[in-house]
Formats: sequence, structure tokens, C-alpha cells
Amino acid sequence: MAWRPVHELAASGASRREIAELFVERAARLDGRVHAFLTQTPERALEAAERADRAGGGRPSPWAGLPVALKDNLVTRGLRTTCASRMLADWVPPYTATAVERLEAAGLGCLGKTNLDEFAMGSSTEHSAFGPTRNPVDLERVPGGSSGGSAAAVAAAMAPWALGSDTGGSIRQPAAYCGVVGLKPSYGRVSRYGLVAFASSLDQIGPITRDVRDAAILLGLIAGHDPRDATSAERPVPDYLERLEEGVRGLRVGLPREYFGEGVAPEVREAVLGAARALEREGARVEETELPSTRYALAAYYVVAPAEASANLARYDGVRYGFRAAGATSYADLYDRTRQKGFGAEVRRRIMLGTYALSAGYYDQYYLKAQQVRTLIRREFGEAFRRFDLLLTPTAPTAAFRLGEVSDPLTMYMNDICTIPANLAGLPAISLPCGSAGGLPVGAQLMAAPFEEALLLRAARALEAALSLQPWRPAAELEEVAP
Amino acid sequence: MVIGLEVHVELSTRTKMFCSCPADFGGEPNTHVCPVCLALPGALPVPNRRAVEFAIRAARALHCEIAAETKFDRKNYHYPDLPKGYQISQYDQPLARNGWLEIETEEGRRRIRIRRLHMEEDAGKSLHGEGDGEATLLDFNRAGVPLVEIVSEPDLRSPEEARAYLEMLRATVFYTGVSDVKMEEGSLRCDANVSIRPRGSSELGVLVEVKNMNSFRAVQRALAYEAERQARALARGERLERETRHWDEARGVTLPGRSKEEVNDYRYFPEPDLVPLRIDPAWVAEIEASLPELPEARLGRYQEAGLAYKEAWTLVAQRELGDFLDATVAAGAPLRQAANWLLGEVSARLNESGRPLAELRLTPAGLAGLVALVEAGTVTPTLAKQVFARMLETGEEPAVIVEREGLVQIRDEAALEAVAERVIEANPKVVADILSGKEKAVAALVGQVMRETRGKANAAKVNEVLRRRLAELRQAEPRG
Ligand SMILES: [Zn+2]
Repeated sequence: MAWRPVHELAASGASRREIAELFVERAARLDGRVHAFLTQTPERALEAAERADRAGGGRPSPWAGLPVALKDNLVTRGLRTTCASRMLADWVPPYTATAVERLEAAGLGCLGKTNLDEFAMGSSTEHSAFGPTRNPVDLERVPGGSSGGSAAAVAAAMAPWALGSDTGGSIRQPAAYCGVVGLKPSYGRVSRYGLVAFASSLDQIGPITRDVRDAAILLGLIAGHDPRDATSAERPVPDYLERLEEGVRGLRVGLPREYFGEGVAPEVREAVLGAARALEREGARVEETELPSTRYALAAYYVVAPAEASANLARYDGVRYGFRAAGATSYADLYDRTRQKGFGAEVRRRIMLGTYALSAGYYDQYYLKAQQVRTLIRREFGEAFRRFDLLLTPTAPTAAFRLGEVSDPLTMYMNDICTIPANLAGLPAISLPCGSAGGLPVGAQLMAAPFEEALLLRAARALEAALSLQPWRPAAELEEVAP
Repeated sequence: MVIGLEVHVELSTRTKMFCSCPADFGGEPNTHVCPVCLALPGALPVPNRRAVEFAIRAARALHCEIAAETKFDRKNYHYPDLPKGYQISQYDQPLARNGWLEIETEEGRRRIRIRRLHMEEDAGKSLHGEGDGEATLLDFNRAGVPLVEIVSEPDLRSPEEARAYLEMLRATVFYTGVSDVKMEEGSLRCDANVSIRPRGSSELGVLVEVKNMNSFRAVQRALAYEAERQARALARGERLERETRHWDEARGVTLPGRSKEEVNDYRYFPEPDLVPLRIDPAWVAEIEASLPELPEARLGRYQEAGLAYKEAWTLVAQRELGDFLDATVAAGAPLRQAANWLLGEVSARLNESGRPLAELRLTPAGLAGLVALVEAGTVTPTLAKQVFARMLETGEEPAVIVEREGLVQIRDEAALEAVAERVIEANPKVVADILSGKEKAVAALVGQVMRETRGKANAAKVNEVLRRRLAELRQAEPRG
């Protein structure tokens, strides 16, 4: 039953208590092997389930009482929020993120807070101060990052669904590696209030789910304007389920050449092209196209994101909250020691990159240039979406790699090459399983014009139905320990 | 000497620049704080529309052009009382530019150009050594309070001009009602960029920034000291360094702060948590239309009415006096006479009591009435002061006081002659002196008559009556 998507669980006739217990029990039993969670909160999940069962017909929403896992960079009042960093290891926020507040208002119960690359910086969830998460499909492999904990929790059926955050592919890439569905909404679609910032102009919260319908449901619960986030869009939220099953007949789908070239594993390419053929069979018109600026996207991203991160992380100085290094003799000394000891190597690397890119003499050469590239990419997508309703690409150039296999940061950064452009342009994009490579899941990515989530979900749903893949089962070792 | 001033003004909005915490001065430390102004992880800023409105109001009063689109930037630096590790400020697209203010200088009126006015947020406050032992405590109540920074062009040429500009700026902002501009409470702060150069040379000298001047007097003294210090150093053949210096009020000197090696690189970049603001010209027009008459205009009007610059400025700089003057004029008094009262008796009373004008029992209509009684000759100037004193005691109309206390001027010649006669008879010695040529002694007799009439006699009439009577006596006197 744990393998079924939330909309089926909700309709199964089981009580919310039974459903919650199922996941609570699996998380307690299996997470020792996976380490998807940094904090488990069975009491919260069970309490919400019981409340929903008691409320009967008076539930706040059809999803009340169902449990959800939250990436540990979403602040939760009274529940520690660590960002997988020593810096915030013991930090208990006095407030709750808007997206989480909305789930609570709908009656969902928090199952726990999931692991991530420290401050969401990474593509493998190996850069967590509390140890890596393992890919449930193959425990020797990474789950992807930075929302690796959320993706692994859903893939191992320790959570029916989860929230992640996506700055350069942090929802879609781990979803692809773990064989689940991950959606990055348009920038401004979901409030960032209470999401611990990595790169403010790129970050967006989104769902990681078993199927596309669940993604549509979860997005519907968290989307919409929030007066506490000045970048949140004042647009009405459509009903994402209403036209979900309408198919892709007549839709124009572009296959940008640049996403299928060098570095993309042949099996990945084949699986995604198989998805393209499936869309064609369903009545879509599929056509190759070009997005030449794509090749600058990675470089632009690795200037803009660290630049913003260097400022966003400046507040961790050991003065007001979080980790404070001992033995400091002055503020400057406290600042240096705290950050030296509180941040991991990857975070420090990006802070230095960003500080450098913004410093006098380099600003024009790096930051300004990167912003110009960003404008170019946005414009190019704008033109593409006049010709196509959707773009189809691989989510990541390869399937999940082994833990410790990629040690060179540049090679690691390449894993986000297919996902980064959507963040730079603020587009909605979804990853869903489309096949396998070497026995590991491969994800297909669909992108749409800003705020076209309904169209995106509808196409993803059609593809999912056409492919009718079996859900990815976790590694045998995981199920062996099961009673 | 070349001076440019950077002035920070705290806006008196009800809430802070980017959150809804109260922005009032004071309060128990760290009681006016929230996740946003404490920069807790995940918190986001949302601009306060009222603060933008206030900034536009101040900018228009300073004749600045308002940008059609403006954005916020991050100014990155570390300081324990700066919660985010950056300050949200404005860099290359400030809210307003190209303004000016006119000041009175030794060579007459001059226009001082204002380069820009931009919005930013205040930091918290460090309290050194107030806790146990050596600890520094932090109060974030002020963190996030909206500020505008007003940067002048280097158009000021002396400490006196700098002070005049600052006073005019303070008065102008005060008139707009967007700030209480109190230097002692830190809601007006001033830094100066100072350099000296040989007269006639247009090449800029080495720029020194002077900080920590907490009063108008401090600004003037610090700049005078700095000009002197720089001139002496150059005369000794020393090279000046580009540096920041702090004014030490107690010792009357500026002391070096950060040296040039630590020149700050603020790494400005656009604030990604905020979207650019489009400023609707109709909104600007609406704000502008609601501005009151500003100090420059009021000053000009008073000078046209015949007041000297200093008199006029006194009435403008103390807005309550200017407002009272205008109200008194509106109640029918000539401006000159009303101004005399405000600069004289009223100011003296205010200085004595140390209380604001609103607490005196004086109304514009009352003062206008008193001026009218003097103008009509009903009361003498001496009597008028008595009436004024009674007005403050009782709050009554001057005419009522005059009537009840019989303070009407005596102009009736017969009545005055009778008093004069009595005085002459009572002072034979003085009369003898006068008759023997000491004309000045007449004043003593006039004084006597005034005393007898308790100041009610018309001085000119008394003089006339006395002289006539003395002339008669002189003729009657047999020459010896
Ligand atoms: Zn606040």
C-alpha cells in the first residue's frame, strides 16, 4: 500500500491513522540504511492523522491527516531546522514557512525533516554535515541533491510525498536519480517565506511525489500569493487537476539539441527519446530545436548563485543564533572562527566564489556578465515558447553515480546542466521517470513557459500514462530487513 | 575648503522599512523585533509603502527628480549590529537625484546641489560595557527603521556654509513631517567629506571623511578643526591620507578611524528578495500637492515683508513661531509688528520657561488684538507689555484686560496737565536745574508723570505738556 500515490491512499478506505502509521513505521525501520531524515516527528504525523479521523466530514481538505516529509531548509516553528549544517544544528525556529503553514492548514502532518546538501548546495546529498543520504534504489549510489533526503524518503516509501527546494535542479535531479516525480514551479508561484535562502533569485519550493497527479495536488496546496514574499506572484492559482487528463493531442513539443549532446549517457538519451516517441503517439507534434545560449547557463549559474549565497549566508556570524565558535577575542575573530568551523567545505567554496565575483574590479567581468547571459537565456526561452508549448530534455546527463565517485567540484556541477536553465529563466519544470540506464532510474524533464504549470502537469500526466512504468522498487537489502 | 555632506534622516513611519515591527524610538531592548528584522533564516523583506511615500515627500521638498523606476541593492559588510550581514540600500538607481537647497552665505544666496536621495534601513545598536563585565550587548529595535540618505555635491566652502546647509536641510525635512530630525536622538546624522585646495584651483584635494558629529555646533567646529589641521599638514610639507576621522567632542579634535588599507568594498548587487519599484508620477504629484509651504518660500516671504535675514530665519527655523506668525497675520496683524512680538517678548518667555509655544496661554487672535491696540494708540508700548503678561496669566483677550484694569492710555491734555503741575510742584530742585539750562533733566519729570499714571500716559503728550508748562515758568521767572 505504501507504494501507492497519495490520491489513491486517500481513496483507499483506510483511516488516516492507518496510513500515517504505515509511513511512520517504515521510516522508523528503514531510515537507518537510507538516512533520508535528519529529524523524525512520528508524533506530529500521527496527531494530524487522528485529528483528521475525528473530524470526519469536517476535514479542512481532502488530504487532511496525510503525512508529508519536509526538506530541512523549510523553517518549522518549534522543530529544529538545520539546513544539514553544523551552523544550525540546534536551531529551533520561532516561526513556520508559508508553504508549510499552508500544508498544516490543509491538515497535513509533518513526518520529519529530510536531509540535504548543506544549505542546499550540492547535487548528491553527500555534503550534509550529518552524513550522506543513500539512494533507495541502490544503496551504494547517491540519491542526487540537494533535496536527496526528500526524494529518497518518497522512493523508499518512508513518506507518501515530500517538499523539496530547487535552485539549480535540486528537486528534479534527485527525483530523476530516485525514480520519482519532482516539480519545480515557476519563480514566484510558491512563497519563499521561511525557506532558508541559498540563491534568492533562483530558489523555489516544490513537490516530490510518486506520480504526476500527486504533484498537481501538492502544488495546489502550497501555491499562491504571499504578502510576506515580495517576489511572490499575484496571480490566481488554477485548479491543476481540472484538465490533468486532457492529453497532449496537438501540443507542440521541442527537443533542444543542446540537451542531448556530449556528456549525456547514451542510455539516458535513448530513454528520453523514447519518451518523445510516446508523446508523439499520444498526438503531440515533436520537433528538434536549438537553444544556443544553453552552453553558458552553467557558467552564469555558478556566478549568480554563489554571489547571492555569499550575501545570504553572511548572517551566520555566531552573534544571534546558531553555532558560535569558542575562544574568539573580537567580532572579526568570532566571525572568522564561527564560519570556518560552522560551514562545510562546499559552502565555504561557494561563499568565496560569490564574494570574489562581486568584489570591486571583478563585478563587471563576472556578476554583470552572468546577469546578461541570464537575460539572453530568458529571451531565448521566450522565443522557444512562441513555437513550442513544451520542451523535453533529460533531467540529468547520467543516472545516479556512486557515493564518493565524483570528488571534483566541476564534474559535480555538470550534473545540473540540464536543470539550471529553467531556474535562470524562472520556468516551471518537472522530472518524471522515463526508463532506466544500467538498472537505475532515468528522468525526463518537461519545461513550460512561466506560470504554465497546468499545461506542464497535463503533458507530464499524459507521458506517465503512455509509458505506464512500474514504480521503482528499493534495493533488496532494504526490503530484506523488513519483517 | 571643499565640503560635501552626507545626511541620514530616520523616517517616522509607524512600522519599519521591511517588516511590520513598530519603528518608534526607545522601548525595552529587543522588544520591537521579528524574524525579518532579526534576519532569522528564511525571513524575507517586504517594502513599506509609507516609507517610500515619506522618502518621495522629502525628495520633492529638496527639489529632487523622482526616478520612474527604482530598485534596492545589498550593501555587504560585517558588523555585529547589522543582522543580515548586509544592509538593504540603493546603489545605482536611487529613488531621487538632482535636487538643491538655497542657503544664505557671505556673498548672498547660493544654491547647494543635492546629488541623490536614497532609501535604506538602519542597523541595530551596540551597547558597550553595559552588561556584565566587558560584554557588548545588542539592541535590534532600531534595526530596519527606514532612513533616507541625502548626499550633497561638494558645493560647500566653509564650516559656516555647511552648518547653514544642514540647518536648512533639517528645517525643510521637518516641515514635510516625515521625520522629527533630532540630532540628539540620532534621527538626523551627518558625515562630511572634506578636502582643501589652494584658492582658485579646481583640482580636488585629498578627501577626508569626518564622522560622529552630533550637533550643529559639532559640525561647524569639526570642519573648522579639519580645515586647520589639513592646512597645517600641507604647510609642513606632509602628504594627506584619504581616511575616515571621528570628531571627539570633548577634546575638540578629529581622530583617525579606518585607514586607507581597510577601504571598504561593499560588493553592491541588486537585492534579489525585492522587485524593482515603479513610481507612479500621479502618486508623486499627489504627494507633492500635499506639501506645506517650505522654509525657503517662507523665508523669502518674511524677507519681502521687511524682516532681516536673521530675524526671518529665526521664525522659519522654529516652525511653531513661523506658524504662529502666519496665524497672527491671518488674524489681521501687520507681519512686522507681529514678528517683533514673537522675536521679543514671546521668545524671551519661551527661553525662560523652556516650554513650547503651544503651552503658553497665547492665541494668534490674542496677539493680533494686542498689536491692534498698540497700533490704535489705545495702549502704550509699555502698557502693552503689561497687558501681554496678563494675557499669559489669564488667557483673556487683551481688550478685556485693558477694559477691566483701566489700562487705557491717557491722552486727555487737561488730565495730563494736572499731573504735570503736581510733579513740577513736588520737584522744585529738578525744575530749577531745567530752568538753569539742564534740558536733559526733563526726562526725570516725564518719568515721574509716567509713574503717577502707572504708565498709562502717552509719552509724547506728556513731553509736550511738560515743555509747555516749563516754558511758561521760564517766562515768569525774573532773570537774575
Ligand atoms: Zn521586524
